[in-house]
Amino acid sequence: MDSNTMGCMRSVVLLLSACIPTLGADFVKDVQPILAKRCVMCHGAAQQLAGVRLDNASDAMKGGYTGAIIVPGKAELSKIIERTSSKKDGFRMPPMGPSLGDAEVELLKSWVTEGAGWPAGVVIGKAGARKSSHWAFQPLWQGEAPTVKNTAWTRNPIDRFIASKLEIEGIAPSPEATKQTLLRRVSLDLTGLPPTPDLQRRYLADTRPDAYERVVDQLLASPAYGERWARQWLDLARYADTDGFEKDLYRPSAWRWRNYVIDSFNADKPFDRFTVEQLAGDLLPNATLEQRVATGFHRNTLINREAGVTRAEDRFETLINRVNTTSTTWLGMTMGCSQCHDHKFDPISQREYYSTMAVFSKAKDVDVDAPMPGELGPWLASRASYIQKRDEILHSAPVAEWFEKWQGKMRNAVLKPGTDIEWDFSLTSFRVMFDHAELVLMATPEQRGERENWRLMLYFMSNPSHTLREDKPNADKLKTIRDQIKKLDDETPKLTQASVVIDDPKAPSQHIAVRGDWKTPGIEVQPGGLGVLPELPANGEVARLNYARWLVSDANPLTPRVIVNRYWQEFFGRGIVKTSEDFGLQGEKPSHPELLDYLARDFRTNGWSVKKLQRLIVTSATYRQSSKARADVAEKDPDNAWLVRQSRLRLSAEQIRDSALTVSGLLNTTIGGPSVRPPQPKGVAELTYGGTKWNESAGAEKYRRGLYIVFQRTSPYPMLSNFDAPDMSVACSRRRTSDTALQALNLLNDPVFYEAAEGLAYRITTDGPSDIGARIDYAFQVALARNATTSERSRMKKYLDEQPIATAWTGFARVLLNTDEFIVRE
Amino acid sequence: MRMRREFLKSVGGGIGMMALADLLARDGYAASVSPLAPKKPHFPGKAKRVIYMFMEGGPSQMDLFDPKPELQKWHGKSLPESFTKDLQLAFIKPSAAVLGSPRIFTKYGQSGMELSDYIPNIARQADDLCLVRSVHTEAFNHHPGQLLMFTGSTQPGRPTIGAWSIYGLGSESENLPGFVVLSSGAGTSGGASNFSSGFLPSTFQGTQFRSGGDPILYLSNPQGVDQHAQRAAIDAIGDLNKEHLGETGDSEIASRMAAYELAFRMQSAGPELIDFSKESKATLEMYGIGKEPTNQFSTNCLLARRLVERGTRFVMMMHASWDQHTNLNKGLKTNCEKTDQGTAALIQDLKQRGLLEDTLIVWGGEFGRTPMQEVRNTLDPDNAGRDHHPNAYSMFLAGGGVKAGTVVGKTDDLGFTITEDPVGVHDMQATIMHCLGFDHTKLTYRHMGRDFRLTDVHGSVVKKMLA
Repeated sequence: MDSNTMGCMRSVVLLLSACIPTLGADFVKDVQPILAKRCVMCHGAAQQLAGVRLDNASDAMKGGYTGAIIVPGKAELSKIIERTSSKKDGFRMPPMGPSLGDAEVELLKSWVTEGAGWPAGVVIGKAGARKSSHWAFQPLWQGEAPTVKNTAWTRNPIDRFIASKLEIEGIAPSPEATKQTLLRRVSLDLTGLPPTPDLQRRYLADTRPDAYERVVDQLLASPAYGERWARQWLDLARYADTDGFEKDLYRPSAWRWRNYVIDSFNADKPFDRFTVEQLAGDLLPNATLEQRVATGFHRNTLINREAGVTRAEDRFETLINRVNTTSTTWLGMTMGCSQCHDHKFDPISQREYYSTMAVFSKAKDVDVDAPMPGELGPWLASRASYIQKRDEILHSAPVAEWFEKWQGKMRNAVLKPGTDIEWDFSLTSFRVMFDHAELVLMATPEQRGERENWRLMLYFMSNPSHTLREDKPNADKLKTIRDQIKKLDDETPKLTQASVVIDDPKAPSQHIAVRGDWKTPGIEVQPGGLGVLPELPANGEVARLNYARWLVSDANPLTPRVIVNRYWQEFFGRGIVKTSEDFGLQGEKPSHPELLDYLARDFRTNGWSVKKLQRLIVTSATYRQSSKARADVAEKDPDNAWLVRQSRLRLSAEQIRDSALTVSGLLNTTIGGPSVRPPQPKGVAELTYGGTKWNESAGAEKYRRGLYIVFQRTSPYPMLSNFDAPDMSVACSRRRTSDTALQALNLLNDPVFYEAAEGLAYRITTDGPSDIGARIDYAFQVALARNATTSERSRMKKYLDEQPIATAWTGFARVLLNTDEFIVRE
Repeated sequence: MRMRREFLKSVGGGIGMMALADLLARDGYAASVSPLAPKKPHFPGKAKRVIYMFMEGGPSQMDLFDPKPELQKWHGKSLPESFTKDLQLAFIKPSAAVLGSPRIFTKYGQSGMELSDYIPNIARQADDLCLVRSVHTEAFNHHPGQLLMFTGSTQPGRPTIGAWSIYGLGSESENLPGFVVLSSGAGTSGGASNFSSGFLPSTFQGTQFRSGGDPILYLSNPQGVDQHAQRAAIDAIGDLNKEHLGETGDSEIASRMAAYELAFRMQSAGPELIDFSKESKATLEMYGIGKEPTNQFSTNCLLARRLVERGTRFVMMMHASWDQHTNLNKGLKTNCEKTDQGTAALIQDLKQRGLLEDTLIVWGGEFGRTPMQEVRNTLDPDNAGRDHHPNAYSMFLAGGGVKAGTVVGKTDDLGFTITEDPVGVHDMQATIMHCLGFDHTKLTYRHMGRDFRLTDVHGSVVKKMLA
């Protein structure tokens, strides 16, 4: 319908309403029954779909997400009339049941036309917001671990919760796993690496009653611990080393935040602090550099630098990702649905969705110097001579003049688009390739400051556009200068950069995006959390800090539940709530709700210490059980939710790589630092836009742990994808495991794994005993942390006999690295 | 076991029950039945497999499929503002001048389909084609456009159409992947996200065939390991696994053993697949293999045929790039010269082998191109190209389930907007899934508390496209 027809119809409506004699609608007698019977079920105290609430005067007059719905005196402008009188299915209200009769619509119309009077104090239905009765939002259960009969089995309170349920079912727990199995299990679980032969020997020889607890403490203190748990956190933070869309540019300083995470886990940083630092570290009083670096958590979002993407659109998608990631990570809620409409299953309104977005929208993404220890001295020492040399190069031509000209042309393209299409193109790519492009371009050099001035200058020198089109010699000169500067930069000590988030009070106010469309702003919203949880305190703090503190406040029972559950999942293969990403109504119910709450409470009481929580879990009798299948409960408890045994868990992609590198003696145990590129077949990276270069890392760098491999989002390292690493676009709360032929080919034939087999063969033949049987045992100890069985020994002897001597032990090692057991923790 | 159970639980509607029945029917190690075992769709589909020829970048529809003589009259002039109001384009301004098409369109076949002189070979297959001139999309940037086309959403993270297809149908190949990706030309904006399994298990992700070296990654033995040694290794691995299976009772180990056997078979099937020595000279000539500029793309076309013959369910061919912002005439010609012959040969070859009737071919890009010109260098007027145009563009399909020799949809005289039978991306997806026997609203997967589907919350089957 074009606007003319609309206009005609409007005047018809106006004429009609002018002609119809006023019926004199009475609110209580005529209107209230319609609202009560047909409207407040969806637009009342219990729920307010589309933000509309019609059970009391003040909310009714405020309207919904798109604005007012009742305009007193103007029926033709009131959406309540437009929607109830519409003939269009799907648009007409109410959407279910018969439509309102003409008489009813007329009554509403007259009521609105007469000023929509609503007698004071009249409330339809029961007043007050609904509090959800869903388990996950309730306060933590305050009871103690139950008493059980089988006290000989229980080692700590966890076991009493587990045993209590088993006793009801009349099932006995499984016996404890062997010492060998237990050591390999806890070593892989806590550090992501298999136990060294040395550790195996010491542990097996240690007969003290607390030998196991001692080894647990040793593993918790190992620097490899931080790497293992950082990797799990990176899944939630959708960490990657590239932008994610099309050009998928490399992010040279993404790793700086990863370092912060590794250090935090190794230091057992209290999880509440870890939370606040990552969401709002910059806002903490006297924020340290590391606290500012921590905010890199949300800089892991994707960026689309395609020319046609407007910054506003990309910013909106970024914020959507930040809201969803925060929600999945800390609240175990999938808020994504509420981007477009009120959540169908969970008590999350669209308003709450954009209130959470408002928490994050008053912030700005910037890069800052984040020097690593030892970098500042050399940098400062070289600064004066660097500036001098740089100026010499720059002054070898009128670069400043050209830079001025370029800025003028670009500014002109901003101010008068369409006057010069060539400069329009230059501006288009500048906008997407240069962060905060227009802001910086339009500012004066003084406003910009040294750092931003230089960033702009560097962009200009690489992208001079048509500045020197008619002056080839000088265009070439500029190129030479750019190369000289690059060379100088390469030779000069640098400071590591970090991508961080800072407060931006001037950012535009947050509006609801009607139907999730950023181009259709609805009403303005204020920062807030989830309505079913206690409100954010009104303390005058910047919303982001306030929200971060609220997530881990005593009043919020959801976060500790979600966090302890996710750690539990890592030790048993499934959470107490299996859907660790979804604690909502569609998620699964906890198998042991009291245990979950007990752990959540204990976690908080222990100062949010992740190590203490994990120590409690791995020292339980429940954890120490054998993982052998139990035919007696296979039918009753196919998923092993009752934990009558441990579970055999396929190692993660990174753990498989790290295990192979460890047992082969190749692993480079350096902690932290920039990402690396291990060997990758040709033809993989080439499939991306512009055929990204995969410059293989040199020397020992290619033997770093899996978490350091460059994660190129549009072309992930094949081994990681083959073994089910997530694509790092959204938060991943639990990895799925698959079992494919491509995995078999990967382990059998990938040169990386073949080299590991060679390394292992070298160890076996140089460090191992010379007796064949003993040597086979030694190989099993190194690779699988146990001795071979008699039949395994004879089978592998047979294998060795059949192979040419030259490659026999490499082949042998390759067989071990390809067993199911090698990529599973028992 | 774990995965299979999750898989069965997550499968929507009828499929779950069917798959379960299928699995329970087998004896012994139920767990060794892969999630890729062949499965029945919701209803018998006319297509059993798909060859998706993705022409990355946005081929220019008014220079290939949708003749617009009126463009010549407007050439060099701006469109009326009423036309371009609210128009948002990637690079050019709505006021950009119209670019006439120098292409000559001729009526082909009994259907009299009008097609361009740049694609003479495809044109000769006109009576096999279901040409849709009224496709439209919501995205006008490459990567979001490609994601929308393949996953139903402009943001990464969801399964692609190939993954959905083998998730729903499994694979009929015992020793080749069920979802294979072939590429030619340059890389694509989407990269691996165009064939990702998203939140589906990685079993369903596309296997990328490389043009050089092993077609499948890590298909060849490491240097110094021959097939005899490989067999001996796999036997030893199998025996150790078997003993451990007895020890632990974990049926997952049986699945792993099956995967190793499949890997070994794949090692012989892979080289056999790419060995064209048994193809007739006539076939190689028909495709244009062994000569330039057709060799690379045509090799992929023949590989596609050989893959579907061997039971692969979904072949995705990617050719990049058709993103002719500049030098349209030249760039388009080069692309057509590379791909026209192989594309036509594939259709013809499948037809003569009786495979076209149950193989669905889909040809198209993530959006089309503007009627207006894009000039980046005013000093060189010949370099004119076209910008991205999401509002109206053309794709064609052929084979299983679609109506041959038919044109669906119309655009206005300038090819700017659709005037008849608009087909949105989700409609196209719904129609493809329909050809495979799926109700697109019921092929779902539970993730993050929600039942996701390829078509998100949209899409209807386009009846006019169906045979």
